[in-house]
Amino acid sequence: MRFLLPDPAASLIDRIIMDQIPQGGRVLDLGCGDGRLLCRLRDEMAASIQGVERDPRQVITAISKGVPVLQADLDQGLDEIPDHAFDFAVLSQTLQQVIQPEALLKEMLRAARKAIVVVPNFGHWRIRLQILLNGRAPITSELPYDWYNTPNLHFLTMIDFRALTERLKLRIVRELPIVGGVAKPDLSLANLRADSALFVLEQMTEESAPITMPERAENPREMETDSAV
Amino acid sequence: MTSPPVPSHPHDERSVGIVSTRFIDLFSGETPLRLESGVTLGPVRVAYETYGQLNSDASNAIYICHALTGDAHVAGRHSPESKKAGWWDGMVGPGKTFDTNKYFVICSNVLGGCQGTTGPGSINPATGQPWGTNFPFITIGDMVEVQAELVRSLGIERLLAVVGGSLGGMMALDWAARFPEMPRAIVCLASSARLTAQGIAFNSVGRRAIYADPNFQNGDYYANEGPKFGLALARMIAHITYLSETSIERKFGRRLQNSDQLGYEPQQEIEFQIESYLHYQGQRFIERFDANCYLYLTRAMDYFDITQRYGSIAQALGRTKAPFFLCSYTSDWLFPPQQSREIVTALLGAGQHVTYLELEGVKGHDSFLLELEQLEALLTPFMTYVAQHPPDTTKLPPARPNPASLAISSAGGH
Repeated sequence: MRFLLPDPAASLIDRIIMDQIPQGGRVLDLGCGDGRLLCRLRDEMAASIQGVERDPRQVITAISKGVPVLQADLDQGLDEIPDHAFDFAVLSQTLQQVIQPEALLKEMLRAARKAIVVVPNFGHWRIRLQILLNGRAPITSELPYDWYNTPNLHFLTMIDFRALTERLKLRIVRELPIVGGVAKPDLSLANLRADSALFVLEQMTEESAPITMPERAENPREMETDSAV
Repeated sequence: MTSPPVPSHPHDERSVGIVSTRFIDLFSGETPLRLESGVTLGPVRVAYETYGQLNSDASNAIYICHALTGDAHVAGRHSPESKKAGWWDGMVGPGKTFDTNKYFVICSNVLGGCQGTTGPGSINPATGQPWGTNFPFITIGDMVEVQAELVRSLGIERLLAVVGGSLGGMMALDWAARFPEMPRAIVCLASSARLTAQGIAFNSVGRRAIYADPNFQNGDYYANEGPKFGLALARMIAHITYLSETSIERKFGRRLQNSDQLGYEPQQEIEFQIESYLHYQGQRFIERFDANCYLYLTRAMDYFDITQRYGSIAQALGRTKAPFFLCSYTSDWLFPPQQSREIVTALLGAGQHVTYLELEGVKGHDSFLLELEQLEALLTPFMTYVAQHPPDTTKLPPARPNPASLAISSAGGH
């Protein structure tokens, strides 16, 4: 779903993703589009790359850049990819567009040891304000769609995402609120102020330490303050 | 290396023009070919064709492997009068996927074949008679050894790509396993790392048809008519497996051949159009193919299992640095997509780079020969990238297998 012209915000987010990946890693990009991120990982960081993309035209563009790509639909699972064949599986701005986000997250951490997920934050104050004041589905520069033509099937906030990781017993290795394409690691009230967020996840194993999540209310859905984020 | 191309048709600027098959004798004298069965064979005459010009550093060569009953004649025409162009003319020529303005394309008839390369129909130098079923057993690995020797004899150390569909795809995989440093890319279409039980079953029925023909005479039939009936029947059966249910339904349906109504005549062999079509396919096949050769080549196909020699698909295909391009067709029930997916999974587990597509369409297994539009759109940029990015060994990261991929392949016995 990443289109046509080089999008400055998208390339900033690519940079934030790249900062999470060490030199020479083996990286799987799910919904790799034209392969832009993978090319940079290959050329700038000597990564061993592999893409997955559904759109035939995007696949052709990716191939022409030398990006190895499996043409597949993320909603059909990643059956071709063996367990832990990758160091990182990347899913940028796509989780909210798949039919089964939960299944896909599980698949990512089967295929790779770490998952890097960038999700839009529907908890942003502008979105909240639009709903509150207009009483209509929100439209922002980051989410420029009407309700009837949006590719986004699911609406989640950073808090919602954390709750899902907890349910799936995934450890959040890193959490980076993003504002206007810039990572803000220490952003206060992130669930109100970040337009999107990057999460680095891994499977919680016996050895890995139990998660210390930021303090928050028992049920995140009841938490209105966003104070701890 | 080829003579200047002459356009075969004034209007077809994308044809390689008039071409001819050439012959070379390999494995003669002191160094015969040692076959996988342990037997030695030599000399081996190889029929081959080339298109385009080999460049000065011999770095633009592409080897194309033909399928079961194919031949060295991939593209162009043998004479201005010939009605039929080569078997993959849509893919090979100026401006096409295998662009003969840029690449030097090679194809040879396989070892054991009957289109010019040494096979069961060739003369056994020891007896002066055709080999027949005394010809030694041939495997896909043996065919690939001969292909590699041909490539070397043309002064080529590295290939831009090895390409093949079906049986040719098996050869492309075998190339990657046997000569991991020679190809810079592997293209494997509608193929498999090992023939399925179903594939063996169909081959077996085809061979049975030949054996059961009274004219087979234990393969010693070259002075006589030969098992034409059996060979035609084998082809009819095989031909069904190359098509799809949808494609023959669309093409023939239940239409009758010569009448508007059913004849209720038990002796009438051809009543439906599909019957006529299959008989025609059988007839055409016996004009160009040798029954013994069919026995040998289908057996080679049955025997192919890349895991047998190398332990696992990952071990066989994990050593080359070449990227892989695989493609399967959803309507192909002879080499169904699952067979390609198995290769993809093994390659990813071995840390390889894989481009894989499952193409829609109705033409079944033969799609890789018939439905070229999609394939061209995908394979052309793949080849262009490979050609424009020669491996720069100074820039490659030192070790590719990561701990994860090692863990995977150790399960398969890396």
